[in-house]
Amino acid sequence: MQWNSWSEFWAMGGYGLYVWGSFGACLLGMTLEPWLLLRRRRAIQARLPRKESIR
Amino acid sequence: MSTSLINWFKFASPASFYPMAGRLVPWFSAAALLLAAAGLWVGLAIAPTDAQQGEGYRIIFVHVPASWMSMFIYCVMAFWSALGLSFNTRLSGMMTSALAPTGALFAFLSLWTGSLWGKPMWGAWWVWDARLTSQLILFFLYLGFIALQAAIDDPRRADKAGAILALVGVVNVPIIYFSVQWWNTLHQGASVSMTKAPSMAHTMLAGMLLMALAFWAYTIAMALIRVRCIILERELTSEWVKKNAME
Repeated sequence: MQWNSWSEFWAMGGYGLYVWGSFGACLLGMTLEPWLLLRRRRAIQARLPRKESIR
Repeated sequence: MSTSLINWFKFASPASFYPMAGRLVPWFSAAALLLAAAGLWVGLAIAPTDAQQGEGYRIIFVHVPASWMSMFIYCVMAFWSALGLSFNTRLSGMMTSALAPTGALFAFLSLWTGSLWGKPMWGAWWVWDARLTSQLILFFLYLGFIALQAAIDDPRRADKAGAILALVGVVNVPIIYFSVQWWNTLHQGASVSMTKAPSMAHTMLAGMLLMALAFWAYTIAMALIRVRCIILERELTSEWVKKNAME
């Protein structure tokens, strides 16, 4: 383990903004994409004759 | 015609590919989550501080996997495009379209994380360097592909036009990869390559590879979910969709 405390972890040795800006953007993008896909799938299912999902 | 050839083409039909893709999605989603959890633990908690870049180097654990995937996805799109143009299979075009948004996301994340890495290390958010510029072109190729397909109403014609763009654009991928050797660039050379031992600590390498595998599994899961949406959207009026939906 590299860290002695949480504040040290979040500070990332002074690079906090850059490290968390990178990881945060990836987390945001990779959460948004599945969420949008799920919405797209629900929209298609609403157009199907019956509401059940097809397998 | 041997039976093996027939089996190969079986899954080229959207009706038989659709259920198989659906069965694979949960496995790849779970693999992505598990690998990401392991990768983040190794990368953020175990991997040592870098001698030159301090903790700032930890951006590598998302930057390199995102960049690799952005290049790799474009190659896979070119592969499906070539297959689609050669055999005129419907599924190939659908697979190409299903991969493009994920590829665009990774190209963007590669540029974004690269910019956040460049600022503290080089003192600039952006430089017009060969590696960065060719990666920006890759991002525009993805956007161009999506826009081109969106502009054509007939999906089969959109697939053909997109396939040609994907095949022409793939020439950019080796340019990105070798840019750090061919030109004098600010961007550092490859830390991991096929030909020589990696120039980094074992735990750093392990974290990076775990994250790369996580991004890989994520990409497969997203592409499969999206291709299922595309199949349904295009075949909504076909018998097999109606029949399955009624059950």
